Amino acid sequence: MLITCPYCGPRDVIEFTYQGDGNRERPQPASQNLDAWNAYVYDRLNPAGEHNEIWQHSGGCRAHLRVVRNTVTHEILSTEFARGGHKSAGHKAGVRS
Amino acid sequence: MAEYSAFSLLKNALSGNKDWKPAWRKPDPKASYDVIVIGGGGHGLSTAYYLAKEHGITNVAVLEKGWLGSGNVGRNTTAVRSNYLLPENTRFYEHSMKLWENLSHELNYNVMFSQRGCLNLAHTPAQLDDYARRGNAMRHLGVDAELMSLDQIKRLVPALDLSGSARFPVLGGLMQPRAGTARHDAVAWGYARGADRRGVDIIENCEVTGFLRDGGQITGVTTTRGEIRAKKVALAVAGSTGRVMQLAGISHMPIESHVLQAFVSESLKPVIDTVLTFGMGHFYISQSDKGGLVYGGDLDGYNSYAQRGSLPVVDEVMSEMLALFPGLARVRMLRSWGGVCDMTMDGSPIITAGPLPGMYLNCGWCYGGFKATPASGWCFAHTIAKDEPHEFNAPFTLDRFYRGLVIDDKGQGANPRLH
Amino acid sequence: MSPRRTETGGRIDRLRTIRFTFDGAAYTGHAGDTLASALLANGVTLFGRSFKYHRPRGLLAAGVEEPNALVTVLRGEVREPNVAATMVEIYDGLVAVSQNRMPSLAWDINAVNQLGGKILSAGFYYKTFMGPVFGPLKGTRFWMFCEHFIRRAAGLGKAGTAPDPARYERMNAFCDVLVVGSGPAGLMAAKAAADQGARVILADLEAHFGGSANWSGETIDGLPAADWAQRMVGQLEGNDNVRLLPRTTVWGYYDGNTLAALERVTDHKEVANKGEPRQRYWAIRAGTIVLATGSFERPLVFPGNDRPGVMLAHAAERYAVEYGVLPGQRIALLTNNDSAYRSAVALKKAGAAVVAIVDVRSDVTGDMRRLASEAEAELLTGHAVIATEGGKALSGLKVQRFDAVSGALSGDERSIHADCLLMSGGWSPTIHLASQAGAKAEWDPARQAFLPPKPTQHWIGAGAFTGSFSTTEAIAEGRAAGLQAAGGAASSALLPVVEAAPGDPDPAPVFEIKAKGKSFVDFQHDVTAEDVRLAHREGFVSVEHLKRYTTLGMATDQGKNSNVPGLAIMAEALGKPIPEVGKTRFRPPYTAVSIGSLAAERFGDLKPERLTPMHDWHLANGATMYSAGLWYRPMIYGHAGETVEQAYVREAKATRDSAGIVDVSTLGKIAVQGPDAAELLDRVYTNMFSTLALGKARYGLMLREDGLAFDDGTTWRLGEQDFLMTTTTANAGKVMQHLEYFLDVIWPELKVTVTSVTDEWAGAAIGGPNARAILAACVKGTAVDNATLPFMGIVYGEIAGVPVMICRLSFSGEMAFEVYSGAGYGTHVWEALIEAGKPFGLVTYGLEALGTMRIEKGHVTGAEIDGRTTARDLHLDWMLSKKKPFIGSAMMDREGLIASDRLQLVGLIALDNRPLNGGGHIVEELDEANPHGSLGHITACCYSPALGKYIALALVKGGKARHGTRAFVSDPLRNRFGPIEIVSNHFYDPDGSRMHG
Repeated sequence: MLITCPYCGPRDVIEFTYQGDGNRERPQPASQNLDAWNAYVYDRLNPAGEHNEIWQHSGGCRAHLRVVRNTVTHEILSTEFARGGHKSAGHKAGVRS
Repeated sequence: MAEYSAFSLLKNALSGNKDWKPAWRKPDPKASYDVIVIGGGGHGLSTAYYLAKEHGITNVAVLEKGWLGSGNVGRNTTAVRSNYLLPENTRFYEHSMKLWENLSHELNYNVMFSQRGCLNLAHTPAQLDDYARRGNAMRHLGVDAELMSLDQIKRLVPALDLSGSARFPVLGGLMQPRAGTARHDAVAWGYARGADRRGVDIIENCEVTGFLRDGGQITGVTTTRGEIRAKKVALAVAGSTGRVMQLAGISHMPIESHVLQAFVSESLKPVIDTVLTFGMGHFYISQSDKGGLVYGGDLDGYNSYAQRGSLPVVDEVMSEMLALFPGLARVRMLRSWGGVCDMTMDGSPIITAGPLPGMYLNCGWCYGGFKATPASGWCFAHTIAKDEPHEFNAPFTLDRFYRGLVIDDKGQGANPRLH
Repeated sequence: MSPRRTETGGRIDRLRTIRFTFDGAAYTGHAGDTLASALLANGVTLFGRSFKYHRPRGLLAAGVEEPNALVTVLRGEVREPNVAATMVEIYDGLVAVSQNRMPSLAWDINAVNQLGGKILSAGFYYKTFMGPVFGPLKGTRFWMFCEHFIRRAAGLGKAGTAPDPARYERMNAFCDVLVVGSGPAGLMAAKAAADQGARVILADLEAHFGGSANWSGETIDGLPAADWAQRMVGQLEGNDNVRLLPRTTVWGYYDGNTLAALERVTDHKEVANKGEPRQRYWAIRAGTIVLATGSFERPLVFPGNDRPGVMLAHAAERYAVEYGVLPGQRIALLTNNDSAYRSAVALKKAGAAVVAIVDVRSDVTGDMRRLASEAEAELLTGHAVIATEGGKALSGLKVQRFDAVSGALSGDERSIHADCLLMSGGWSPTIHLASQAGAKAEWDPARQAFLPPKPTQHWIGAGAFTGSFSTTEAIAEGRAAGLQAAGGAASSALLPVVEAAPGDPDPAPVFEIKAKGKSFVDFQHDVTAEDVRLAHREGFVSVEHLKRYTTLGMATDQGKNSNVPGLAIMAEALGKPIPEVGKTRFRPPYTAVSIGSLAAERFGDLKPERLTPMHDWHLANGATMYSAGLWYRPMIYGHAGETVEQAYVREAKATRDSAGIVDVSTLGKIAVQGPDAAELLDRVYTNMFSTLALGKARYGLMLREDGLAFDDGTTWRLGEQDFLMTTTTANAGKVMQHLEYFLDVIWPELKVTVTSVTDEWAGAAIGGPNARAILAACVKGTAVDNATLPFMGIVYGEIAGVPVMICRLSFSGEMAFEVYSGAGYGTHVWEALIEAGKPFGLVTYGLEALGTMRIEKGHVTGAEIDGRTTARDLHLDWMLSKKKPFIGSAMMDREGLIASDRLQLVGLIALDNRPLNGGGHIVEELDEANPHGSLGHITACCYSPALGKYIALALVKGGKARHGTRAFVSDPLRNRFGPIEIVSNHFYDPDGSRMHG
């Protein structure tokens, strides 16, 4: 798998650390809604298909990326910085570095 | 259906093996059953078998979307052990071990359970103490465990690098002598044949496409082979749990599906006579009766339903293998494959009634499901039949996460890829 | 001249004689020979024994798909088992031995298994060996008794135990176009792409590029095809943008067009050149892949088809044309298609007598009849071979009239004298890589073969791979694929002209000739047609059940020979078309790859070593090192004759009596900087950090989101917006990722930068009653008295000319200071501290003494913060701020986390004054024979010099309520049982008067 880091370009999956489901919403820090906290910590969408997920480019620039990836084909549809900002299309044509 | 024995083999050989009958029937689905088990893998089949045998419930269908045993029961590295740290897990897996020990007789099918032991290698004094903690925990629940010295390990596995000059020298290990390996496919086939002989319908190529409901109650399923009604619908679909639960309208589960790769080498004369694990990484290996080294390591580490692995994990697993066995560098990896694991948030399974009325759920086996096959089916059958869990599976609820009653053998928290 | 070597021909170098041994006998061959061709030239017909019945076997193939002729290659003590003789290039001094035979290849005692033939049918072991239900062999014992012998009879070659001295290398390569296979299609593709300026890699698993051009006997552009191929290779060689990789098997097609390949760099050499690895593992990321992997000829299934001397037709052609070896003098052929006729002509030309062409088809074209006459072969159309004769070598065969539609045999049997029988059952495209890439194959009823699926990744097929079996098509498709892959426009330029023997690519749909006798489908695993039918009778009818029940396709050739014939026989039994039985999905690797190559540079060097700046000093000063994760740390600095316990007791006692110093450089250190740094710390720590004064440090605890304890350490406020966080050694990386995740994903609005500075600082902790005096003696630029440097205070100074930062904090419970300097000056500062400590009897201490003093104080480490404990379990609830939310605060009070029977931290004292062990359990009632009723376990233990007792920390159910009670340690694994007292975890100086001083 190659993930296109908006900062570093297409890089092998070995450089990245998976940080899981990107759909989860963390309650406000002071929230006392225990169900919401539990859902945030324990529940996962886990779709067979397109999945919004977080990866850290831990072996590179260490930025967290929001990646849309197909969990059946492993095709990467888009990547962007998790904190917002630059978005890059998938690297559908492979590498030309 | 005929009993299998040396005598029946001889008799059939004399008639040119023309008279063997199918190991299980291939019936069309009936309109309704008392219990439908979704998933014709090891756990689904053993559930059906124990429903019939232990609870006399024989009006049961097992629905399999592909070929029987096409999931993880035929994709694992075949290790059977009950060497867990936490008592909830140890009790459950030890019950499984006891069922394993008599399984070939019980099923009249040789599942080739070979109690060649499972040895966890330790590489630091702290790790040895950690293993002692686990071994002692096992012993206090009546489960076999012992520490092995370097000399004992050297005698058992002479091919190991015990030179002391390794990057992570071996200091000792924790051995469970009753652990071992079994022939994975035979377990599925043996349970299928056993269930079939007790009247269970095993229906292959029958994919569940939806659930039938009466109000909130689950009353059956729609399938690629039509509607089938049932008083109780039980799920044992492992890596597909998320997908099937979504058909029932449950979008979120405390589960992520991850791919785990496994590997087998070309056949070799005997070289490793136990199940062995490496302590400074994640690597396990045994040798099959055919002679292939069967081994694996960590999850690929991201959500996947692809049954296809990635190259970095291949390299990691092979590197760890050679750290233990530098003499095997010229041995060759013959085949690799991937299985989809239903990883829970604490690394322990879920066997429970619910979460919907009329539904029963068995999932979350992470990558430890094969050894659980007998006890999983046994406990699930109990839960389905009695509408309450057996004490062995009582801790494995779905609500334990919310309640803070997690059973976290590795202490990794809600991070499925690390369990 | 060896008996079967032709006078001329082949690309072997007849002027160079190579000497080698096989099973101890000396042979010669020529440079360019494979072990298979060289032995064949020497008249050897028996190469191996089959897996189950130990039947004698000869060569089936000439290439990578060989299932029978497996050998072990020896290089001194180092063994490489299970190598196909067809893939071993001979070199002077090659030593090869046969496998899976006892005592010799010719006389194998296990061949007795053949007598059990029908009992040992597919799946027989599932039906027996269950053993008695009572008595000494009940349970699994009987099976394990039988298994002992089965395992020794099974298995192929023997692995070595001597460490492999070879080096393996990993290369990462990038290209625009990777061409796999160097036959006419691959060569054209590579050339076309290279001409477009694309960066091209061309890989072929054989030693010589050219593929079928090397043996087809065809003419291309007026040149013999082999010469044309060499000319093409020459042109490619001259291009800077082309990398040629011969002897390189592309074995894996992974996600993102990442391909894995294995180059056999020196396996064919007697001695490697300096610096050459044995094998090179290529990870190739390619824009587009051209798959020009060709096709495999299929065997036919008929009685006796496994006898040595029965061979694939094209394999014989290769031996004759490429190696100048005739596999027999009197050759017969059995075929269901036209390609075998060309083989017959080639063998005739090479000097063999072709006695008969047995064609299962009743009608053959005039072209084929002409080829048969050219080969001077008797043509028997509408016939089939029903038996073969001979022992360990073929002596003849029997044929009978055959109806290709019904499969019926009729008429008289006729014997034909032959020493070699060639078979051709049609061709299967080599679609493995395309299948690995993710999609399912498609059955083509005309070709009677699985054709490649539609691409799921960026690849383009060309040549026989696509089912286009003629060279003319291969050349056209190859060029088109190369152009397309390189992004070039289609070309209308003239293509090379091919002159080839005529032939229809479509075979008759005949896979098996049913007659009396064992007909093999999977040669190596001894799976017969009857086994396939037995699987059908027993309901194992899907392709995967067939494989798993009979082991068909599971041998080292991974079904390259057996897959389609096996499916065809099952399809016939089911009365269904072949694709309805199922489609095999191929998985990596295409051919088996050495584990050494996959480990590559990590073979012998699994993980990096992390060393502190003072590492060499520790070694030079008698430290015994302890491996902790990737780090090495001093365990003790032992004196001559001391036990470990004596050493750590001495070190700890000396520290408490005067002073000791320990290397703490491994602690994780993270610079937390920015306007919101204090806010971040308030959120990640359970306690408050925004209130921390400048120049002060505070002990902090972090929880995970789920409310369990995560890590602890001190964090120092160096500036208003500048903190230095320390973490435990083990969790340094995890804490860093934790902070980064929250800053990047959850709280991007916080203006904070976190930087791992673990390796920037050397740390020394000096503690004991004289620690301050020692510092005072060597620190310049600051006072270290209580007013200047109070407990948890920070000062900056200089030691031996090096700037240092000193924080007064204590893990040992003594008055103690952590002295940090730039990592490069670590040893310098360390030595200055040691020097200053000499008048005070300062000792160096290691992890054992460190652990001892922390146990005495009741501090927690990773043994207690083990991912299952809460702050309350560890009596750290005083650190849970009620004034603010923090990570884990919302979740930490859930019912399971506050239950009264949770494991809680306690102290233990051994009442029998004997050592305790980490991992020992605690029970209320001692039962050595049947230990039970565990209440918890020991997390850490030591002899306490301060208390004069063996003590421990433990996690015990409802522990706090048990203070002052007695229990027992129960440690059956180490046979340690005895009475203990449960006490508070704060054994020593509980009010901290010593460290506050």
